[in-house]
Amino acid sequence: MATPVLDKADAAGQPEPGFADSPYITVTFRVRRFNPEVSADAVWEDFQLEIDPKERVLDGLHKIKWDVDGTLTFRRSCAHGICGSDAMRINGKNRLACKTLIKDINPEKPITVEPIKGLTVLKDLVVDMEPFFQAYRDVMPFLITKDTNEPTRERLQSAEDRERFDDTTKCILCAACTSSCPVFWNDGQYFGPAAIVNAHRFIFDSRDEAGEQRLEILNDRDGVWRCRTTFNCTDACPRGIEVTKAIQEVKRALITRRF
Amino acid sequence: MKIHKYDTVIVGAGGAGMRAAIESTKRSRTAVLTKLYPTRSHTGAAQGGMAAALANVEEDNWEWHTFDTVKGGDYLVDQDAAEILAKEAIDAVLDLEKMGLPFNRTPNGTIDQRRFGGHSRNHGEAPVRRSCYAADRTGHMILQTLYQNCVKEGVEFFNEFYVLDQLITEEDGVRKSSGVVAYELATGEIHIFQAKAVIYASGGTGKFFKVTSNAHTLTGDGQAAVYRRGLPLEDMEFFQFHPTGIWRMGILLTEGARGEGGILRNKDGERFMEKYAPVMKDLASRDVVSRSIYTEIREGRGCGPEGDHVYLDLTHLPPEQLDAKLPDITEFARTYLGIEPYTDPIPIQPTAHYAMGGIPTNVEGEVLSDNTTVVPGLYAAGEVACVSVHGANRLGTNSLLDINVFGRRAGIAAAEYAHTVDFVELPENPAEFVVSQIERLRTSTGNERVATLRRELQETMDANVMVFRTEQTIKTAVEKIAELRERYKNVSIQDKGKRFNTDLLEAIELGNLLDLAEVMAVSALARKESRGGHYREDYPNRDDVNFMRHTMAYREVGDDGAESIRLDYKPVVQTRYQPMERKY
Repeated sequence: MATPVLDKADAAGQPEPGFADSPYITVTFRVRRFNPEVSADAVWEDFQLEIDPKERVLDGLHKIKWDVDGTLTFRRSCAHGICGSDAMRINGKNRLACKTLIKDINPEKPITVEPIKGLTVLKDLVVDMEPFFQAYRDVMPFLITKDTNEPTRERLQSAEDRERFDDTTKCILCAACTSSCPVFWNDGQYFGPAAIVNAHRFIFDSRDEAGEQRLEILNDRDGVWRCRTTFNCTDACPRGIEVTKAIQEVKRALITRRF
Repeated sequence: MKIHKYDTVIVGAGGAGMRAAIESTKRSRTAVLTKLYPTRSHTGAAQGGMAAALANVEEDNWEWHTFDTVKGGDYLVDQDAAEILAKEAIDAVLDLEKMGLPFNRTPNGTIDQRRFGGHSRNHGEAPVRRSCYAADRTGHMILQTLYQNCVKEGVEFFNEFYVLDQLITEEDGVRKSSGVVAYELATGEIHIFQAKAVIYASGGTGKFFKVTSNAHTLTGDGQAAVYRRGLPLEDMEFFQFHPTGIWRMGILLTEGARGEGGILRNKDGERFMEKYAPVMKDLASRDVVSRSIYTEIREGRGCGPEGDHVYLDLTHLPPEQLDAKLPDITEFARTYLGIEPYTDPIPIQPTAHYAMGGIPTNVEGEVLSDNTTVVPGLYAAGEVACVSVHGANRLGTNSLLDINVFGRRAGIAAAEYAHTVDFVELPENPAEFVVSQIERLRTSTGNERVATLRRELQETMDANVMVFRTEQTIKTAVEKIAELRERYKNVSIQDKGKRFNTDLLEAIELGNLLDLAEVMAVSALARKESRGGHYREDYPNRDDVNFMRHTMAYREVGDDGAESIRLDYKPVVQTRYQPMERKY
């Protein structure tokens, strides 16, 4: 006897979690299409799908790509919210397609899917991530210590000191926060929330000794002072990081020079 | 077509690739070619921890760790390699801490450790706390920390460059690595990278299964590129099925959940692992737990209306402990199942997780062309490779360890080798294979679709070569795969463009999966015994007389162009541990 085949449901899609009798519904995906090899203009295209509402938006995009239109282009990898590949604007809000279930975004109306804003669109839902990663690299996102002798064992850190920067270690660099920020939309020079989050992760790490340097970088014209505290970034973060709070903590550290 | 020259080229930017890059960039001019942005790699999905006998919280030593690794691998582990793994584990963890990795801490500020499956005190007496961890995000923290240090070291990345071919040149009768051919996803351009040393660190091949914890992108690209060039693949029949995937979706729920005290229960609420592993119980090795789960399901004690899963019960653990130690997996249960793990058990089933087999290497990461001969200039590390430290079944937390220990070793060895040699001349017309492959797919008018063939492949793999196998099921898989490989010749794609052609990418990935699925099934058919992750119902016992040996699979092409697989065998390195019956 073979290993039991557990999924008797839909052969055409990802298996659905939940209950065996779950009803399929018809939804419309309204996708922003752009392919400069074909046309200089972006257009909306509608796709009708039969889908279990407990499936992910990513499952819907896969159904389109695999069964309807192979030219639909998007990035994805892990499909459960860890790799940060598939940040997109879904019904006007930045989310990960793999972490957004159809039932949670009102499938009665067309579900709009478009690329994240503020970064150049290369094709369909794929944007140029280079400016985003450049801002990340600019804040020196690595531990800097002044030890002349490497310790033989691990550096000690109390559980409280470890907790101090726990929230910002969760960042997966998906760009949902940065590309939800109106300041970033208007001025691509702004470091943006994600870079500040990653600076925060080191500024508040008790082992790091380059906090002052990072604060000076963020004291720049395009640094933390551009933040208008709109909280879009916090709403957008798929990892639940309190992004705006982290930015506020960096601002406070710049004033008090205590961190 | 562009031609680049580097001392060292690394294929893949997950944990092994970036750990190698940190070493090789310091020593040689290095390029990292990666299909994905580095931080998208699946190392980031690993959760529970990285094993090292730090003895921070209780007595432990690397010899116990070596023994557990050998026993966990059902004695198919090369014991010299396992000893290196366990010994170097300690520095590997300390190196990561020095690079900035935010491990969880003990009350006195040292790295905290927890229990994990198969890791024991004094050769199996009781579970030991050996896994160094950062909540249930250890892989994420390792990936981020290694990327951060690559930024620090100025590692040169070629992001979204997909390596499609391994170049081999014969010099004085010796086949040497001369470089790789890559496809730039953004433009469709083909690049030749001439390199003195090439390191494969491109990860696993889990996507030939349907229910899997693996990312969509884990399609065995490195294994396939090397295999197509006549180099062997080792122990491909050994694949790990992780006991606790989210029911039907396969998303990983860490063994750390059981390390923290979680319990597996059947429909009667019974803690069934007590029957199968009286000492280690829920923390027996993964192959044992996965078989136990399916035994419960087959004997009618599965949960749900179809009796097709069991429960992972965390409800007796304090919510504060779940929030602190298992925040991500509890969120997965909420997001994808709508279940509150504080109060409700989580439906789970085994999920295809990890390839123990891969490109054979020695302990320096050098790739082998047969049982003993090294291919000059070619290296591999991580899941793509088979050292073999995992044997027939990998212990949890040993893969994050493997990528760090052997990624580092391969990075150093490759860069140092590059200093001692000149560039090997490229073969004539080096891009020929890739150009014709892409042209064929782009212009094909065949009537087969990628998604259809991939679904059929995944269905047959799940049904026939998963946790339980028999001669009959494996033969069914072999026949089905042969049919799919034939139909693949008629596959066509809709996107004919050059820019970000992921339609083309998926077609190429499917070709790799089909090649590797065939190797796996053929290797499994020949192994008429049960060992670790390979369980044959028609041969339920381990057979050390006939099968204490590694499988080596070679692709052969006949004069008529017909492809076949030739199987050979390689002895297991045994040092201090004699094979014993495996009990947990």
